[in-house]
Formats: sequence, C-alpha cells, structure tokens
Amino acid sequence: MSTLTAPPSEARGARALAKRLSLHLDTLPTAAAVTIFIGMIVYGEAAYGRIVQFNTLSNLLINNAHLIILAVGLTFVILTGGIDLSVGAVIAFSSVAGVMLMNAGWDPWLAMGLMVLIGTAFGAASGVLIQYFHVQPFIATLAMMFLGRGLASILSTVPERLADDSPVRELGTQIKLYDGPKVNDVAITPGVIIAAVVVAAAFFVLHRTRTGRTVYAIGGSEQSAALMGLPVPATKMWVYIISGTLAGLAAVVYTARLGSAQNITGIGWELDAIAATVIGGTLLTGGAGFVLGSVVGALVLGLMNVLITRDGGIPPEATTIITGGILLVFVLLQRAVLARRRE
Amino acid sequence: MPESLPIVEMVGISIAFPGVKALDEVGLRLFPGEVHTLMGENGAGKSTLIKALTGVYKIDEGEIRIAGEPRRLGGTADAQNAGVSTVYQEVNLCPNLTIGENVMLGHEVRGAAGINWRATHRAARETLAKLGLGHLNPKHSLSALPLALQQLVAISRSMVARCKVLILDEPTSSLDANEVEQLFTVIRGLRDQGVAILFVSHFLDQVYAISDRLTVLRNGRFEGEYRTSELDRADLISKMIGKDIAALKSLDAKASRRVRTDDAPLYAAKGLSRKGAIEELDIELHRGEVVGLAGLLGSGRTELARLVYGADRPDTGEVTLGGEKTEITTPAKALARRIAFSSENRRDEGIVRDLSVRENLILAVQARRGWARPLPRREQDAIVAKYIAALGVRPADPERPIRLLSGGNQQKVLLGRWLATEPDVLILDEPTRGIDVGAKAEIQEYVSDLADEGLSVLFISSEIEEVVRQSDRIIVLKDHRKIAELEGGRDVSAESIVTIIAEDGLGDPSADTAVREEATA
Repeated sequence: MSTLTAPPSEARGARALAKRLSLHLDTLPTAAAVTIFIGMIVYGEAAYGRIVQFNTLSNLLINNAHLIILAVGLTFVILTGGIDLSVGAVIAFSSVAGVMLMNAGWDPWLAMGLMVLIGTAFGAASGVLIQYFHVQPFIATLAMMFLGRGLASILSTVPERLADDSPVRELGTQIKLYDGPKVNDVAITPGVIIAAVVVAAAFFVLHRTRTGRTVYAIGGSEQSAALMGLPVPATKMWVYIISGTLAGLAAVVYTARLGSAQNITGIGWELDAIAATVIGGTLLTGGAGFVLGSVVGALVLGLMNVLITRDGGIPPEATTIITGGILLVFVLLQRAVLARRRE
Repeated sequence: MPESLPIVEMVGISIAFPGVKALDEVGLRLFPGEVHTLMGENGAGKSTLIKALTGVYKIDEGEIRIAGEPRRLGGTADAQNAGVSTVYQEVNLCPNLTIGENVMLGHEVRGAAGINWRATHRAARETLAKLGLGHLNPKHSLSALPLALQQLVAISRSMVARCKVLILDEPTSSLDANEVEQLFTVIRGLRDQGVAILFVSHFLDQVYAISDRLTVLRNGRFEGEYRTSELDRADLISKMIGKDIAALKSLDAKASRRVRTDDAPLYAAKGLSRKGAIEELDIELHRGEVVGLAGLLGSGRTELARLVYGADRPDTGEVTLGGEKTEITTPAKALARRIAFSSENRRDEGIVRDLSVRENLILAVQARRGWARPLPRREQDAIVAKYIAALGVRPADPERPIRLLSGGNQQKVLLGRWLATEPDVLILDEPTRGIDVGAKAEIQEYVSDLADEGLSVLFISSEIEEVVRQSDRIIVLKDHRKIAELEGGRDVSAESIVTIIAEDGLGDPSADTAVREEATA
C-alpha cells in the first residue's frame, strides 16, 4: 500500500483504521472506498495488465498529488458541515499570478510563497463572510470562485509558460527511488512528498489536537459545540483558511508538474475534490470522515482515469458519467449508514 | 441567611429585549452544597436568568459575583472558566463522537504527540465512574445511549470542567421515574461534594424531592427566596401564578362530567396496525368526548396518534368516519376529513420559529386552502384575533415572531392553528409538556370546553394524572399494544392505571383478562 502517505504514519493510520472499524459504523464508507480501490486495481491488472507495477502506481501518485492536497482541505471544510467551491478558481488565479510574477523577474521562491498566501487570503475571505456575515458557505465560496476565476482571466487568458530553468520545475522533477527494469521505476516528485506531508499533518491535526476534535464536534452539532464552550467561530475560520491555503499549495504543485499556468486551469476541480472526499467516506452533512479516506477517494478517481485510458474502448467523455455513478453509490451507502445509526 | 457565603450572587439583574423587559431587577444566590430550584411560569424569566449566568445574554443592569468577585461573562466559554456549567433540556452533546470524547471535549489530555487518547479515555472513565456510570465504555458511540444516560454523560462533562456551579435546565422532562431517581442520586452526590446546583423543573414533586432552596420569579420580577421546607406547594403555586389555585382545583371537580349522547362513533378504526409501531387494535372516538392515551414513554402513544392522522401509513386497519369507510394515509387526507394533529415536538414539528404569531396561526387553514388561494388579510386578522383572545395568548401581539413567546404561549398558538381548521377530531400529543402550571390549567380547561362543544379529542400526555383528569375514556398502551380501555370515573386513577401497566404480562393472565373484560363491559 504505497498509496497511503509516508511509511510511519501509514502504519499508525492503518492500525487506527482497523481499530476504529470494529467500533464505528462511520468507517464503513471509508472501508468501502478502500475495497473499491483494491477491486479496481485487481480488475485493471486482470483486464489490461501492467497496473500493479512500480511506474503505474508512482504515476498515479505524481499525477494526483494536487488533487490529494485539495481533497485534504475539503475534508476539513466538509467535516464541519460546510463546503468550499472556490478551490479550483483559487488554483487558477494563484498559478497564473505566480508564473507571471516569476516571468517578470520575481524570486521564484518568494513567488511560490505568495501563491500559497493567495490561497490563504481567499480562504480567510470565505471564512469571514461565513462566520461574521452569516453568508451560507455555498454562496460565500461560490462568490470567491467567480472572483478567483475573474481575477485569473484579467491577468491573462493565454497559457503562461514557466521558464525552462525555473527552480519551480524541480518540484515536478521525478526522483528515482528504485531503478527497476526498463521504465518500471519507483519514482516520486517533491510534489508527492508535499502531498504526503500535508496528509500526515492533517491526520495529526484532526485526530490529535483539540482544534481537530472541535472540527468533528461542529459537524456533529454546531449548537452543542458552542454550548460546550468550544471555540466554534475560530475553528470555522480555520477550516476555510486551511482549505484556501492548501488550494494555494496545490497550485504550486500542479504548476511545477505542468510547467505552465492558465486562467482555465482547475475548472471543476473543486467538484473532483468534493467527490474524492465523499467517496472517501466523509459525510456531506459533517461530523464523520477521515482524511486518509479522502486520499483513497482521490486515488479512486485517478485510477479510474487510468483504467479508462487503458481500456481504449470507453470514450473519455464517459469519465464524468462513471465518476457520477461511483459518487451516487457512495452517497446511497452513506444514507444507509445514517439510517442504521438512527435506529 | 448567613450559614455560608454564596458562590454565585446575581444582584439587580435587568435584561430588556425589544419591546419587553425580560428581567427586572432580579436577584439569585447559589450556595455551595445546596440544590436551588428556580421556579416560575413560562415567560417568567427563568431561561433568561440562566442565560445571563451562562454568558449567553448580556445583562443591561446589575452585577454577577462569582466567589465574591464581580464577573463579566462574555460567552459560554467564559462562564465555564468561571466554574459555571450548564446541562440543558435538550441534550447538547455531539452524537457523532464517542462517549469519552463528549465527556472530555476541550479538556483532552495532551502529551508530546498531541492528544493522548489512552489517558483521555482513562480520565473519561474515571469521571463517569464518579457518577456511577463506570459500566459505560468511553470508546462507544454516544448515539447508542438512551436519552437519560446521555443527560448523565452531559453532567459528567461539567465535572471535567471542574465546575463549582452546575445548572440543570429541565433535565427531567424526558426521563421516566427510574431515570429521574438515578439523576437525583447523581445530583445529591454532587451536592455533597460541595457543588452549588441550580435546578429548573416543572414537576413539583421533583422540586420538593431534591431542592433545599427556591427562588420564585413572576413576569420577569423577583417574587422571593424561600427554604423549600418553609413553603408548601399551594403557596408556591400561588406565588408563581399570582392567584390562588382554585382554578386548578375546579378542573378536577369537572371530571367525568360528559355523558355520551350518540351511539355511533365519529371515528372508528378496526385492526389498525403498523409494523414496529403499533400492534393491531381498535379505537373509537365519539363526538364531544376526550379519549386519553395512557402509557409509559415508548409504549406507542405517539405512534398510534400518527397512524390515526395518517402521518405514518397503517399496514392494516379499516377506518370509518361518520359511518363511511375511508382511508387516511396522508396528513393532507386527514386534514381534508377534518382531523387535526398537534405534534409533541413543538420546536421541530410545530412552530415555525421566525414567522409571526399570525402566520403560525393561519398556517393550517392556509395549507388546506392550497397556496394558490391566499387567505385574505381581513379573514386572517379575524381568525387570529379570535384565537388569541379565546386562548389567552400573551403578549397578544399577532406580529411578534413566535420564537419570542414562552413555551406555553407557543403551545396556545399551535392549538389555535389546528382549531382554526375547524376539525371534528383533534389529536393533541403532549400539549402541556414543558409548560407552566398556569398555562397548563388554561389549556386543559380549553380542551374540556372544546369537547363540550362537540369536538372529539384524542389526548396524549406522559403525565398519567393529567390523562385521568382530562379524559372521558382512557386507552392504556404498553409495548406498542392496547392492554386496556377504561371509562373515566371515580374508580379510575393514576394508581389504578399504573397497576394495570405493571401487572400486564406478569404471568397472571386472569387479572389481565379481568381488566379487559371490565374495560369492554
């Protein structure tokens, strides 16, 4: 299972997962996601071959690092019962702004820092709208989505290429960890390492800090959490700031891999990230879910694309239909779990 | 009373809301190691006073001193830091988390690697054990626990916060007798540890069983502070409602006053049942009659009412209405056949919080007309004026949002909502739960008057005394089946019904059938 983060936290995560499985019904959707992921690998290997090999799995991680980072951010937001629709547009604005600044002569590292901070600023703005102006999360982040997309289009409507010698590209360079026969190598990029660190940090925050537990409590009952004396307003601000910041970080990772940025980058990615989170077992109403589940959810979506490409017979246009189908199955599964819990 | 210094002193507290003075120079003192009950009708200002002490409302005038020091409380967290914890009527815990987490939220034991779950669960287990809940596994989900235990878990939580003052806001309203006793054992234990406890309840028996001291509020004003031993019940009620209790007594005298005039029932159901809700039973409702449903919590009272109303679809059963066979499978059909149902869940299924009294009142009439034909404003005003006057809704302001009314007055508006549809059959599920003695008496009296006018009422209450007082005929339910049907009269009392419930299924079939025979006779 190279799919789950860095080795030490993977073992801990897996153990914790197994322990929780025996106690909670909540884990059923996540377990189902893991099962489907494994099932897809087995099916892919049997039907098309060359799935269970180093380079395929490495590429799966490399190509989906940005989606994993986004899904982690969305997990925080959805756990509180909120939603963040702005992350795709934030990526567009952040990456176009970053690349243009670098091309204008800014220090690349400074520009990357700014790219992350642009995400933070968008998240903070959503948080303020939601927390202090009592705007629905859907509407507040929708407004931020249009704002981000619009700002990106004002900056440029053509692809902005990164200079070939830009140090940013190093974040997208593959590092061979194990040199296998032919091209069958175990390879990662700094982007994958960033995603792994993000996942590990998110796991720690959600399960080992009071802020993280407050996130779950808010999702269970915001009113109760407030009456328990938990810092509800601050925590709700934090989840949107985290989601925005991670969108900024995902912009850096994606731009580094692709080497260019465009104002139409990331259209619909917020929905991919939400789908990954939901497939990974996070309840859309909040209060239940796991960040590792969201990682699996992102990989399920990524693997699906690989399988469709390999099949060759399925038109690429059908991808979204299949995504929708999988999503529907998981949502129905969650309803069933909720109904069981109510009994 | 100089025996010890009060831990909490609230002096001259005033709070005004737009248009109303909710509290007018009210005082309250809480002493360590004492249970203090706050008494008053709904709308007397109890909740407002509690919210002032828990930092939810800002006080306009006055001072709160905790352990001798003046404090400004800016929110729940502030109050908890000052040692004041609250357990509310509706359990305010997170159902998605484990028992242990709910107890420890915000107070988790932390180590170098963040929260130390082993130590946290151990601390939760110890806290629970102190309240006699050692058998609960802190790692299990909270939502699996019955409400009563959840309430005790909520109290454990305040122990973790090392509270010196514990406020229990109507903790017993949804508990049965055993659970109340368990709760009281815990309360007494805490009292003996020196915690000052503020208790709010509408049940006089409970108030007298547990409290050492009483503070009475009326209309936002301070009526007085008394030792429980020095104030008898009649005096207490008089102080709460500001008039003597003859009104209440007259209601008792009126019992069994109605004689059934018609032989054919208005509503009759044969073999009504729904899987998991109620086993096959017959039920008849006559004009001008109040039929009570008695039974313990979970005996199927509400389930039966929902079947009659069509809120749930019956699996079997033949319904006749006014002699004609009919099918009532949805609330819309019930309404069209002039059957109305007032839910027990006033907050979620009854009032629409942000709408005005007028809008809430006309809702059912409007629903029956259909949205395409809005009720003319003049007719609305006429209906609203009629029921506000008839039911004594206070304040008599039709444009006030209903959430600003007290529970008793909200209930009157709901009653008015259904009466405005001019029903033949009115189902009242717990119409008097959580409302004060004065409003309760008014509602009971009004229900009796309605029956006198020919309405057929199905009356549900968890207080068996109330069912006995109100009903002409009583259907006793247990474990989702009908175990007896009694004509109201002198020999029917709360005790005799409790005996029937207790003896049912005790392996004495003869006693059981005797009751049934008596019932059908």
